Amino acid sequence: MEPRYFEHDADIGIIGQGTTIEHAFEAAAQAVFAIVTDLDALQPATLVDFTFEEDDVELALVTWLNLLLGKARELGMVFCRFHLQRQNNQWHGVALGEKWRSDLEHGTEVKGATLTMLSVKQIGMSWEARCVVDV
Amino acid sequence: MNLQRLRQIQPYLWTLPLQPGEKRGEVLLYGSAPLLESMDDKVLEQIAHVAALPGLEGAAMTMPDAHWGYGFPIGGVAAFDAERGGVISAGGVGFDISCGIRSLRSNMRLQDVTPKLATLADRLFQTIPAGVGEEGALKLDPKQLDQVLLGGAHWAVQQGYGNEADLDYIEERGCVAGAIPANVSELAKKRQRGEMGTLGSGNHYLEVQVVDRIFDEAAAQAYGLQEGQIVISIHCGSRGLGHQIGTDYLVMLAKAASRCGIHLPDRELACAPINSPEGQQYLGAMHAAINCALANRQILTHLTRETFREIFPASKLQTLFDVSHNTCKQEHHVIDGQSRLLYVHRKGATRAFGPEHAMLPKRYRAVGQPVIIGGSMGTGSYVLAGNSGNSAFASASHGAGRALSRRQASARWQGKQLIGELAQQGILIRTRSMRGVAEEAPGAYKDVDSVAEATEQAGLARRVAFLRPKVCVKG
Repeated sequence: MEPRYFEHDADIGIIGQGTTIEHAFEAAAQAVFAIVTDLDALQPATLVDFTFEEDDVELALVTWLNLLLGKARELGMVFCRFHLQRQNNQWHGVALGEKWRSDLEHGTEVKGATLTMLSVKQIGMSWEARCVVDV
Repeated sequence: MNLQRLRQIQPYLWTLPLQPGEKRGEVLLYGSAPLLESMDDKVLEQIAHVAALPGLEGAAMTMPDAHWGYGFPIGGVAAFDAERGGVISAGGVGFDISCGIRSLRSNMRLQDVTPKLATLADRLFQTIPAGVGEEGALKLDPKQLDQVLLGGAHWAVQQGYGNEADLDYIEERGCVAGAIPANVSELAKKRQRGEMGTLGSGNHYLEVQVVDRIFDEAAAQAYGLQEGQIVISIHCGSRGLGHQIGTDYLVMLAKAASRCGIHLPDRELACAPINSPEGQQYLGAMHAAINCALANRQILTHLTRETFREIFPASKLQTLFDVSHNTCKQEHHVIDGQSRLLYVHRKGATRAFGPEHAMLPKRYRAVGQPVIIGGSMGTGSYVLAGNSGNSAFASASHGAGRALSRRQASARWQGKQLIGELAQQGILIRTRSMRGVAEEAPGAYKDVDSVAEATEQAGLARRVAFLRPKVCVKG
């Protein structure tokens, strides 16, 4: 699915949509990392997993995205595939990607996911997660 | 922005009248009618939210370059008094803590560099790590990084990056007190491991500029600027460490606000009382990030000097000034005749101390602090001087301000084509990101001349020099 965005003057609004909250968060992560580079050029060669605890689903979105961004920078990686599971307030995620290569498309570094225009809501049969990311 | 919602107080100063039942402090907007009209209504909404935060001193304000941000508007200024329940807001500082501009004046003139301009551009591009994924040669272990966080630019000078004279021309002489490395997470430190001495991406840049016009001879003389002179400006911040501190404290402060009964109309205003444990913890971490940014720009200054010396052995680059525009600083301001300690948030706004301020270096004391307004890569930048009687807690504009979003810009322009067009105008762009160039297209920014003029007309700072870009290494 093509990454989706919404307009914001200084930064970029990202949208993730899916049949569940978890799928919406996975799509939101795709939208974030597609700002950094062309995800189609990446191999899902290395797996990194994440766990966190959060009751508030909106804060969980921001925590998920920021964990991914932080870990990617720490490991010098870019992620292209995402899987997330949730049990009550326990979240377990997996991201796949590879080490940064200089021949990858240089997009724009994402500094972090913000709480601005943050929302996680059900629209009809699907879930939509959105927030502004600082670039 | 619909100006009918505003009341004009002075030609370049406006206020947002309170609506019946609305509870918030005063809102002041600096700028000309056309600049304000060009702003998104979200700017008004965001600054009104800031004005509702506890312990606000005076008004919540926007500078002439304001645009819609996250939490605070970009170009937002707000001061809080800790003794009156004032807050510190992570959203009022942003992720790129202490992002700012270091400008260097050279002993070279345009005609000296013109024959080797392309070589200079290429070598700067090779020397300055810029863009997504690019790391610096310097790798620091956690213990060394703690020294950076405590020492700022002093640490860098001690390691041989630059000289003591640089320190006189950096805010806080290159090191802010109150940094607590223990308040910075391990992840933040790990993220910084390869990022000291890097530019980053987005709107960050290193530009070689020429002084195109002098507006104020006395201030220009004090700053050592004259027409035709080469100046270098470096725009970047605290890199991954600052980004992670912003991340770590955002959710923590949002929860602290809830615990303290602070209503946040936008959760990105995440804040805590300055005197709360969370507020103090964030302050210690944020100060560490400020020192990280100051050290980062000091290292980049050194790399720039080395590159210049390699091509122009007789070149000398002196620090004109280094000023941050994403900070919260503890400053004394006179309120109703009394000096009070305030926590001044400047999110996309530059400190602009007027003449005779005790924190200014002796050389600039008579004319005021250099204020740097960074424009787009196709138009130019301004050096201004801080004014006495600045009514915005000694603050001024920091850039041209975006007129189009990044997505609108990348839909309208193509990086390669822009680079060609700018080369025709004598501006050499070096970048790894064509998408980044499109997003940063000159046409995506407001008219920097209008912003600088409005900054002067509003009494925030006065124009000293206009700098025209010749080389831009884009992050």
